[in-house]
Amino acid sequence: MKIGIPHQSVDGSTLVAATPKTVEALTALGYDVLVETGAGQAATLGDEAYLVAGAAITDAASVWGADIVAAYQAPTASQRDLLAPGAVLICTLAPHTSGALIADLAARGVTAMALDAVPRISRAQSMDVLSTMSNVSGYRAVIEAAQAYGAMFAGQVTAAGKTNPATVFVIGAGVAGLASLGAAVSLGAQVRAFDVRPEVAEQIESMGARFVHAPAAQQEVSADGYAKPLTEAQLAAALDVYAQESARADVVITTALVRGSAPTTITAQMVAAMKPGSVIVDLAASGGGNCELTVPGEAVLTDNGVHIIGYTDLPSRMPQHTSQLLGTNIVNLVKLLTPAKDGAAVLDMEDPIVRGMTVAHAGEVTWPPPPVSVSADAGSGAVGNPSETEGPQEREARLAAEAERASALEAARKKRNAWSIGIAGGALAIALCFANPAFLMMMTVFILAVFIGYYVISSVSHSLHTPLMSQTNAISGIILIGALLQLGSSSLVVTVLAFIAAAVASINVFGGFLVTYRMLGMFQKGA
Amino acid sequence: MTLTSVAQVAYLVAAVLFILSLAGLSKQTTARRGNLLGMVGMGIAIAATIALALDQSERAWGATALLIACVLLIGAGVGIYRARTVEMTQMPELIALLHSFVGLAAVLIGYNSFLTEGHDAMHLVEVFLGVLIGAVTFTGSIVAFLKLSARMPSAPLTLPGRHALNAGILVASAGLMVWFLAAPSVWPLILMTVLALALGYHLVAAIGGGDMPVVVSMLNSYSGWAAAAAGFMLGNDLLIVTGALVGASGAILSYLMCKAMNRKFLAVILGGFGGETASSGAEVTGSHQEVTAAATAQMLVDARSVVIAPGYGMAVAKAQYPVADLVSRLRDQGVQVRFAVHPVAGRLPGHMNVLLAEARVPYDIVLELDEINSDFADTDVVLVIGANDTVNPAALDDPGSPIAGMPVLEVWNAGQVVVFKRSMATGYAGVQNPLFFKDNTAMLFGDAKAQVEAILAALPARV
Repeated sequence: MKIGIPHQSVDGSTLVAATPKTVEALTALGYDVLVETGAGQAATLGDEAYLVAGAAITDAASVWGADIVAAYQAPTASQRDLLAPGAVLICTLAPHTSGALIADLAARGVTAMALDAVPRISRAQSMDVLSTMSNVSGYRAVIEAAQAYGAMFAGQVTAAGKTNPATVFVIGAGVAGLASLGAAVSLGAQVRAFDVRPEVAEQIESMGARFVHAPAAQQEVSADGYAKPLTEAQLAAALDVYAQESARADVVITTALVRGSAPTTITAQMVAAMKPGSVIVDLAASGGGNCELTVPGEAVLTDNGVHIIGYTDLPSRMPQHTSQLLGTNIVNLVKLLTPAKDGAAVLDMEDPIVRGMTVAHAGEVTWPPPPVSVSADAGSGAVGNPSETEGPQEREARLAAEAERASALEAARKKRNAWSIGIAGGALAIALCFANPAFLMMMTVFILAVFIGYYVISSVSHSLHTPLMSQTNAISGIILIGALLQLGSSSLVVTVLAFIAAAVASINVFGGFLVTYRMLGMFQKGA
Repeated sequence: MTLTSVAQVAYLVAAVLFILSLAGLSKQTTARRGNLLGMVGMGIAIAATIALALDQSERAWGATALLIACVLLIGAGVGIYRARTVEMTQMPELIALLHSFVGLAAVLIGYNSFLTEGHDAMHLVEVFLGVLIGAVTFTGSIVAFLKLSARMPSAPLTLPGRHALNAGILVASAGLMVWFLAAPSVWPLILMTVLALALGYHLVAAIGGGDMPVVVSMLNSYSGWAAAAAGFMLGNDLLIVTGALVGASGAILSYLMCKAMNRKFLAVILGGFGGETASSGAEVTGSHQEVTAAATAQMLVDARSVVIAPGYGMAVAKAQYPVADLVSRLRDQGVQVRFAVHPVAGRLPGHMNVLLAEARVPYDIVLELDEINSDFADTDVVLVIGANDTVNPAALDDPGSPIAGMPVLEVWNAGQVVVFKRSMATGYAGVQNPLFFKDNTAMLFGDAKAQVEAILAALPARV
C-alpha cells in the first residue's frame, strides 16, 4: 500500500509528517512512501534526502490519492476532494470542535484517524501527538521567554559585578510544564512551579525546580485516585499563589489547558503588579489563554512593560525535531495498523487505540468512541496535560489497600514474635540464675558478643559478602589457640589430637586471611 | 603482673581488633584495613597463646615449642599455598572446606578438654555441646564442599521421613548427654559424635544445589558457634567473643539471603527444597528466538545503555574475563554499561562481585537488585549471562511457582534481552523460565565464554 505525505503550510506551519528517517521505518513496514514536492522544505528536509531514504517525490494529487495519507494538519476542502474513497487519513482533527469536517470526511467514505484523540493508556503513549506537541511547546516557551526577557537567565559573576539568575514560575506540571521547567533549569534560572495536584511535587523537584507548596490551594491525594474539581476556596487560594509568585517572577509560563479551553490563572491585575520587562508565555493561548491579556497568536507589550507571548505555533518554530517526533508518532501508529509488517493496513476496531482514534469509518461518524475500559494506567501524571482531570488510578488505590492489609498482618506477626522472644528470654534468664558465677561471666561475654556481631554485620554491603565470609572463617580459626594450649599436655593422646586440631585450624587462619587479602585487592573503583 | 594477665590483656586487644576488622569489612573503602586488623589481632592472640602454652607446658618446653612450630609451619604452608592458587570460581568450595576444619578442631579440642580437665556437670555439658556442634559442622561442610566441587550430585537427598530422622538423632543425643552426665566416660561421647557426624552429613545432603549459598553461610555460622563452645569449655573469653561474632555474622548472612530468596530460613535448613515443589508451577510453553553473536555485537554497539546480569553460568564458563573486556570496549565507545547482581547469584553470597573484581571490573558499576531494578525500563540491551532463576518473571507473575515472591531482576522491561545459555534446561530451582519465550528475548546458545569472545571479535574496531 501507498502512504502519502503531503506538503502543508496552512497558518505558516512548517511541519511535515515524515522525515527521511521515518520514511525508512515506514518502508521497512512494507509501504511505498509518496512525498509531495517540497513537503519537508520548511523543516530543512530536502526532496533529495527523501529520495535517498526510499520515498518517491510526486505531486499533490497522487499524494492525497494514496491509500493512507499521513499529515499533521486537517486537509482543506480542495485537498479533501483529492482523497480516494476508502482511504485512511491520519492527521490532527480536533474532533471535539470540528463536527462538520468529520461529517464531510465520513460522507466521502474516508476512514479518518485523529492524532489528537489517542486514548490515554500507556500502550498508546508512543503515538500521542498531543504529548509530543506539549513537550516541544514547553521547551520553546522558555526560548521565546529568554529572547523577550532583556536579561540573562543564569546568574553571572564577572569582574564588573554579579547578576542574579532569573526567576521562572511555571503553572501546571504536565508534559508542557515539565518540559518548560526542565529547559529553564538548564538555562540556569531559579525555577518554581505550581500544580493543584500535590503528588507531582516529586516530578517537579526531580527536574531541579522548586515545588510551591500551598496546602489550601492543593487537593489532597485522594484515596480513589481521582482529582476532584477545585472548590471555591481552593480556587481563590490558587489565585493568591499565582498573584504572589507572578509578582516576584521574571518569567511566568502558564500551561493550564483543559480539553481545549483555558481557565484564567493570571488576571489583568496580576499583570499590573509584575515587574517591567518581565515575560509571560501563555501556552494555553490556542484555547483563549490563561492570562486575561493574552492575544492568541501574538506577542504584546502591556503599558507597564510586561511582554505577553501568546504564540500558538510554538511547535512549528522548531520544525526539525517536531517533525521527527511527529513522524515517529505516525510510524508507531502505522506499526500498530500493520501487525504483519507486510504493507497492508488492518483496522482492528476492537483495539481501544484504533477505535479511540477513528472518528469516521465506512461512511459513518464514529466520534465520540465508547469509553475506554483499559484506562487504568492512564493518570500516571508524568504524561498528563497540566491540570487536566486525571485518569483513573484504581490500580494504585488497590495496591495501597493491599499494602495496608499486608502491613496489618505484619504488625500482628511482629507482636507474636515479640511475645515469644520475651518468653524465651525470660526462661533463659531464670535458667541462668541457677548457673555458677564463672559460667555467668562467660555467658555475659557471649551474649554481648552476639549482639555486637549482629550490629557490625548488618550493614555489610552485598558485594563484600564473600570476603566477609572468608575473613570470619579465618577469625574462627582462633580455635587454634585452644589447641595450642593443649599441645603441652603430658598425655600422648591429648597431644596428638591437639596437634591435628592445631594444624587444621592454622590452615584456616593462614588460608582465610590471605585469600581475603587477595580478594580485596581485586576490588577497585572505576575512573 | 603475671603472664596470665598479660595474655588476658592481649586477648582483649585481639577481640577488639576482630570487632574492628568485621566492621571494616562492611564497606569497600575500609575493607582492606579490616582485613589487616584481623591479621594483627590474630597475630597478637597467637603470640600470647604461645607464651602461655610454653609456660604451662607439662613436658620440656622445648618439645612443646617444636610441636607448635611444626603446627604453624604446616598451617602456613598449606594455607598460603591454597590461598595463592585457588581460582576465584572455586571460592565457595574452599570456604566450605575451611569450615570443616574448624568443626574438626572443635571436636578434637572437646575430646581433649574431657580427657584433661575436671568432670563437673557444667563442664561436661559444654564439652558435649561443643563436640556436637563441631561434628555437625565438620561433616556438613565436607558435604557442602563435595557438592560445590561437583564431586557429589547436587540434587537434594530425600530420604523418607528425613525430618523424623533428624529429630531422632537430636533426641538420642539428649539421651546420651544424660548418660554422659550421670557416668562421665568417653563412650557416650563417642556414640554422640558418630550420630552428630551422620546428622551433619544428612542435613546438608538434603539441601539442593540452589540453596548452597545459604548453606555455606549457615555453616559459617555453625563454625563460629563451635569456636564459642570451645571457649566455654576452656574458659577462654577470646574464643567465646570470636565464636559469637562469627556465629552471629553467619546467621545474619543466611537470614539476609533467605530474605532475598523469599524463603523461610527453617525450610532451607531442614532441607529438601526443590525436590518437593518443583513440579507445581504453571507449565510454560512457547517458542523462543535465537540470535547470533554478530547480531548481538551490533545491538550492543547501537545501544546507549547496557546492563549485564551474570549468574553461576558465568562462573562455570569462566567468562568473567571476556565479559570485562567487552565492558571496557563498550565503555570506550560511550555505551553506558552496568552490572546487575542478584543477592543469590552464584553459589556464595557476593560470589559474582568477587569474580567481576577479579576480572578488574570497577565495583562502582556493579549494582544490586534494588539499585538497578527500576532502571531496566530505560535500558536498551540486557545480557543475561548464565543466570536463570534470578531473572524469572514467574517469581512475580505466577503464584504457583516454587520461586513465587522471590525478588528478581526485572530484565524483561528492557528493550532487548539476550540470554546466554547452554540449552533450554531449567535452573537450579527446576523452574521453567517464561522470560525465554518473551518477544523481546533472544537466546544465544553455547558456552558463555566462547560466545562472549565471539561478540568481542564481531565488535567493530575502535573508532
